Parts: sequence; structure tokens; C-alpha cells
Amino acid sequence: MREVAVIGIGMTKWGECWKSSLRDLFVEAALKAMDDAGIAQIDSLYVGCMSGGLFNGQEHIGPLMADYLGVCPVPAVRVESACASGGVAFRQAYMEVACGMSDIVLAGGVEKMTDVDGSEATYALGTAADQEYESFHGITFPGLYALIARVYMQKYGITSQDMAAVPVKNHAHGLKNPNAQFQRAITIEEVLHSSMVADPLHLLDCSPITDGAAAVILCPLEKAKSLSQKRPVKILGSAHATDSIALHDRKQIEFFASAAIASKKAFAQAKIGPESVNLVEVHDCFSIAEICALESMGFFAPGQAGKAAGQGITALGGKLPVNVSGGLKSKGHPVGATGIAQIIELVEQLRNEAGQRQVQNAKIGLAQNMGGTAASSVVHILEAC
Amino acid sequence: MFPAKIWREFPQRYRLEAAKCKKCGKTFFPPRLVCNSCFHREFESIKLPWEGTLVTYTIIRTPPSSFSDQAPYAVGIIEVVPGLKITCQIVDVDLDKLASGQKLFLEFRLIQKDGKQGVLCYGYKAVPVADYNS
Ligand SMILES: [Zn+2]
Repeated sequence: MREVAVIGIGMTKWGECWKSSLRDLFVEAALKAMDDAGIAQIDSLYVGCMSGGLFNGQEHIGPLMADYLGVCPVPAVRVESACASGGVAFRQAYMEVACGMSDIVLAGGVEKMTDVDGSEATYALGTAADQEYESFHGITFPGLYALIARVYMQKYGITSQDMAAVPVKNHAHGLKNPNAQFQRAITIEEVLHSSMVADPLHLLDCSPITDGAAAVILCPLEKAKSLSQKRPVKILGSAHATDSIALHDRKQIEFFASAAIASKKAFAQAKIGPESVNLVEVHDCFSIAEICALESMGFFAPGQAGKAAGQGITALGGKLPVNVSGGLKSKGHPVGATGIAQIIELVEQLRNEAGQRQVQNAKIGLAQNMGGTAASSVVHILEAC
Repeated sequence: MFPAKIWREFPQRYRLEAAKCKKCGKTFFPPRLVCNSCFHREFESIKLPWEGTLVTYTIIRTPPSSFSDQAPYAVGIIEVVPGLKITCQIVDVDLDKLASGQKLFLEFRLIQKDGKQGVLCYGYKAVPVADYNS
């Protein structure tokens, strides 16, 4: 296998992008990534997108994006793994370059979610759960994570106030990210006084509905210097794991086995452990998700991540900065694009180009992107060259 | 939704039919073609009890489109036999009095009106045991 580098990154401003269509968003991000790398042509294209069908009535997104990006007839395929679609698209591109089938591959992600109303969006996102044995009974995604939160809080004696420190921290980070949907600080009181969505989760414990796209360019590490002026960022580890589709089929509801296994394999490939990581982007679709993901990957012992945000450990400047991009909570969560944007944040940090939110001496970063209630998790470890 | 999609789930939704692995004894709801524990492919059909213990729950206040007329409502994970859990609504209950660990009965109820034709979908919902709220 060849070593692989990321040489180009690009994303749109995230938020409610009324004027942009699904294809506009993707092509804007893809062009930015190609311009950033300084390349004019690609060999292959992956598009992470959870549900062009339910959000936009559009399937067959691979060729649509290749067409509007002006790169036909290159192979192009849409990758779907719910909210992990972007991370899995990145991993497909990585494998294609690593195995030698292609040299320059674009991995992007997009979701255009505001073309449907709130309850339709809730329905569309709910299709990532077991349609016949979970969603059929009226459970939603905030509801499923609320079931996890209640188990965790009861087991470890964590309060809503402890949990609220996660979105407060991520909003403080997002304030420094010009592409974030919400560039504003929030307080613990605002989280606790926001409307209840699914007890014990408040509105401000939940990531928002977002339009947006993100894209990166991958190539063999040995060709990175000749193809691009940009400082390459090397992919040290890449792994993907699955778990039961239904939350109720888990032995331990608050433990994300897919994240645990994917991170273990990625660490083994990278030949490092959690202690070598300088910053982490985790899938904080809900406050509780950041807490459980960090523990499942071994960054904290069970029960210890629940108070980490409140103690400042996971803030920019803390011992282990987590979601310095603002995370899904503040940056936004256009589901198919989220996994790619996590990679973009790591690349900006490892290039030392993250401006106000730069993690000092960042050498190694990890991104964890998951689908459903962690029925799939994909983990990548990146290193500055 | 095509009615066959609803009809084929009747054994589970109406009668709680599950499948017990003939080799290792692990029980699956709904039934599967292969055991995920020992990979055996022969099962005995069994019926789950219409009762269980509440493991965790939430109150849905922002429902999906097909449940908009029901909110707020409680949904929980209920352990019906050791190691086997299901997800369903908990009804006829004071939402403030729910508690993990409480005993619940399962009852046959209307779940939702499905699709553009409004097909009535029935199945199981949990209710508190009689003495709980008294
Ligand atoms: Zn078996």
C-alpha cells in the first residue's frame, strides 16, 4: 500500500443557504479544494450524501456532481452511511489512492437539508435508525441519544448542567470559525433554558439542520510535493467499524463499540496511542455523543468525559482540545458533509493555518465520524509532514 | 406505504413472535436467518412475554411528521427477557412519574397512520402495571 496525503481542502459557508442548490454547494466546495491543491483534473470522485432522495428528491448524485464539476467521464459515486457518509467517502478515496488504482481523488460531502420542513427533516434523519423496530414507534434521533444520555447520567451521576458544558465549549470554538453556522457564544443557562426536544436533551444539546458541502483532494504522499505547493498532511490511520442498527440491541447502551473498534484499528495502523494525539474532532451530533465517543475511543476512562468540558480539559488551550472547529453543534451538521469537514479542520490545524483557533504545536489529529446511534463509525488519524 | 410492508410484520407486531437459536439459545426479535452469536441457521419460534422492565426512556416533544398529532409522548427501551430489549411507546402514564427500572405491561394498540392512504398500523405499546400509579 502507498502512503497517502491530503493536498487540498475546501468548504462552503455552512448554514441556511437558500440561494444554493445541492449541486451548487458541492461544486463550490470541490472547486475550492482543487484550487487549494492547485490541480485542474482529478481521476475519481466520491460524494458523501445521506439522503439526496428524501431531502431533495435527487438520487444518482455521483454523475450529477461529476457533470457540474466538469470532470466527466471520471468515475463518480455517492457514498451513503447516514451521518458517517462523508467520513466513509474519505476512506473510499484513501483506499483507492493507497492501492494504486488512482493518483488524484476528490472526496467530498454535501447535504441540502432546508428544502424540507422540520418534521420532514426529522423523518429523513430517522431513516438512519431501524425503520421497522425503532422509527416505527415514533422515536427520533434526538430521542435515541436522549435514551443514551439518561443511561449515562444515571450510571455516572452526571447532570444536565455538566452535559451543557459541551455545547458551550463548542460554541466558544465555533465563534472563531468563519465557516460555522452559529458564530456566537452560548451559556450553560441558555442551554438549560432552551426548549426540551427529547428529555433530557434540550434544543441547545442538539446539532442543527444545515446546508453545506466540503471537499478534499488526496494523492500519493510521494507525489504530493510535485503535484501541489501546499504542505501535505499524511494519513496515518484509517478504519471503519459497524454495530447493531438498533440501539436496543446493544449490551451497553452508552458505549460506542464501533468507535472503540475503529479507533483501535486506526491507532494500530498509525502505531500510536490516544496519548500522542494533539487534537480531536468527534461526532457531537448531541452533547452526550461527544462524551460517549471520547470514552469509547479511550481518551477518557468510563464516566470521566462527562465533566471534561466543564473542567476545561477539552477546550482550546486545554490538555486535549476537542472540536476546535466548533463541532457539529456550532459549525453545523449537513450530514453527508460533516465527516469531510472534520478532515478539513485537522488539515488546517496540521498546516498551522487555523488562525484564531490554532492548537499550538499540533502534529497529530484524529477525526471520528459516526452514523445512526454509532451503528457505524469511521476514524482517521492525520499527521503534519 | 405498500400494505404488504405492514402485513409481513404482523407476527412480531401482533404476537411478539421471536426466534430462539436451536444451537446456542440466543433469542432474536425480530427473527433472523442466522444467529449472530454462533452462526447457526435453525431457530425455534417462541413468543415473548407481554411485560418487561424499563431500561431508559425519553419524552418526544419534537416528533417526526407521522407522529405530529401525538406529541408529547414517551418512548423507552424495555427488557422483555434477560438480554433482549425492544423499543416502543409508553402510554397511559403520567410523564413525570416514569422511572428506569419500573415494570411495564405490553398492550396491543394503534401506533400510527401510515403513508398518504393513512393505513392504520397496530403493534405493541407499554403501559404501567396497575398498582404503579395508584
Ligand atoms: Zn446461536
